[in-house]
Amino acid sequence: MSVTYVDAIRDAQEKLLRDDPRVFLYGQDISQFGGAFKATKGLAEAFPGRVLDSPISEDAMIGMAVGAAIEGMRPIVEMQFADFSSIAFNQIVNQAATHFYRTGVPVPLTVRLPSGGTPGSGPFHSQSMESLYAHYPGLIVVTPATVSDAYHMLLDAVALDDPVIYCEHKFLYRWLKAPRINGDHLPIGKARITRPGKHATVVAYSAMVHEAVRAAERLKEEGSWEIEVVDLRSVKPLDMDTVLASVARTGRLLALGEAFPWGGVTAEVVARVCAEGFHLLDAPPRRLNSRDTPVPYHPKLWAAHRPTPESICIALRELLNF
Amino acid sequence: MLRARLLENKLSSLYKAGKIVGGVYIGKGQEAVSASLGASLVKGRDIFAPLIRDQAGRTAFGEPMIDCTRTYLGSVLGPMRGRDGNIHRGRPLEGMPAMISHLGAEVSVVAGMLVARRLKGVLQGVVGATCVGDGATSTGSFHEGLNMAAVENLPMVVLVGNNQFAYSTPTDRQFACDDLLDRAKGYGVAGHSVDGTDMLACAKVIGRAVELAREGGGPQMVVARLLRLSGHGEHDDGSYVPPVLKTGHLGRDCLETGIAQMIENGFATVDEVERWKIDFTAEVQAAVAQAQQEPTPDPWVEDWRACSSEPGGNI
Repeated sequence: MSVTYVDAIRDAQEKLLRDDPRVFLYGQDISQFGGAFKATKGLAEAFPGRVLDSPISEDAMIGMAVGAAIEGMRPIVEMQFADFSSIAFNQIVNQAATHFYRTGVPVPLTVRLPSGGTPGSGPFHSQSMESLYAHYPGLIVVTPATVSDAYHMLLDAVALDDPVIYCEHKFLYRWLKAPRINGDHLPIGKARITRPGKHATVVAYSAMVHEAVRAAERLKEEGSWEIEVVDLRSVKPLDMDTVLASVARTGRLLALGEAFPWGGVTAEVVARVCAEGFHLLDAPPRRLNSRDTPVPYHPKLWAAHRPTPESICIALRELLNF
Repeated sequence: MLRARLLENKLSSLYKAGKIVGGVYIGKGQEAVSASLGASLVKGRDIFAPLIRDQAGRTAFGEPMIDCTRTYLGSVLGPMRGRDGNIHRGRPLEGMPAMISHLGAEVSVVAGMLVARRLKGVLQGVVGATCVGDGATSTGSFHEGLNMAAVENLPMVVLVGNNQFAYSTPTDRQFACDDLLDRAKGYGVAGHSVDGTDMLACAKVIGRAVELAREGGGPQMVVARLLRLSGHGEHDDGSYVPPVLKTGHLGRDCLETGIAQMIENGFATVDEVERWKIDFTAEVQAAVAQAQQEPTPDPWVEDWRACSSEPGGNI
């Protein structure tokens, strides 16, 4: 028996529905159909009236969640794909994100964003939106990379009084498995050292954590390099203590992300390390993101659009040889 | 209506005297429509999400006048504490969400508040209402929200004040249907039409719409025909409004017709109305004076936190 990443998301929602009468789920095709990725499979039957199909109305889905949260509920909204949250952008960044600051009334809602690329998904079913939402004050943005984090961070997200953007990576849904959900977990806002090392630090999040580990293994075989991989887990809050401590050990930084290259999480990490830990650096810090084009459809183009173990190794070799 | 008009006259003067920063947005000419809705709702039970021309509805719903003057004048004792201003105010926990500027966005918020009440089993007898203008009906947010409310068959009233202009844009550049009321059928909701310059008609039609929603009739869309008797805000003289509209039927001042209706029907005497004017003017003066004496926000003690929680201790 093993648990997949998407199972963990489903199971977390089941636990939330069971334990907390304030929780309900709202999204497209999530009721009887169980969701486009089956992340809500069987939940409508188990919890009648609390797993609701929405019209194709992303704006209204979030507006509805804000209203419900004002009234004391804990809605979880499933966007069918993160890309479609662009339609809900206004309600997320202007309604939900500003609400506590303006009125003093928190709006505890969780937006699940099936994020990132998979082969053949193309420009509109592959996007990574975390940087956009992290830009706005008033939102918590989490990016679980492991099965256990997918589970625990969804529970933690719903427990928070603030709006949480929960970015779940579609590539990990069925590919990533674990024997079981770990009992221990870190709180939101704490990064994890996924793989300890001493020659360079890769700061990554979501699916890129696994690509970074692959690259680190190759470099170990190739030249006995010991690469440290830091999994941010949440991009906002950003755990700079863990990042800076790692850079202090290694002296070298590669910030890695699947999102588009202009600005974003990797730029923020590099900027903060330069500002807060310039003296720790033995080489100019590097960033590696996707290419600066829409996410392409064809698997051959897609595989070269996002960072891969090969391109990560190239960036790391340059960093190590500086 | 009268209280709101006198309050907004004062706000306009304060703005023109440079005492209010940002802007002042008034509901002159829309008081009959707005107040009819506010007065049909019950504070403490119902939900009311006003828009920018709803001072009369806010007052009728039960928003204290001091909330208005504190927010316009930036008192930290007001509901928005200087963090937001003018008409962007509310008390969400008292059933009065604080609007954002993006039009149509409150429709789904009210729907969500009602869905929450349904899930909690306390929806019985509750009505949620919101106001929009003709311009907001062009937004995706309005469409999504009203369609959702219809799908959920919520006890909701969406009041469209067709005041002929969205800022400066006339209705023939806003929509191509003959009457916004035609849209009600498309959404599968009940539609009501009313002359927004006629106070008694507004009270009757809007009151009936609220009643129908309360009785389980699902969402009700009310379209009120009227004319905005001011600019978009007090910075705008509204010079683009053709004189023929101002002198026509829609240009009637609903407050004047309302007072005449009160007197004709024996609801009030001329003397009573005059006394109200004196009393309400004093009330406005007191609310302004109090807010002006109160502390404004201090950036040095402001906590500058956008989240209520601080997971991990650092955002």
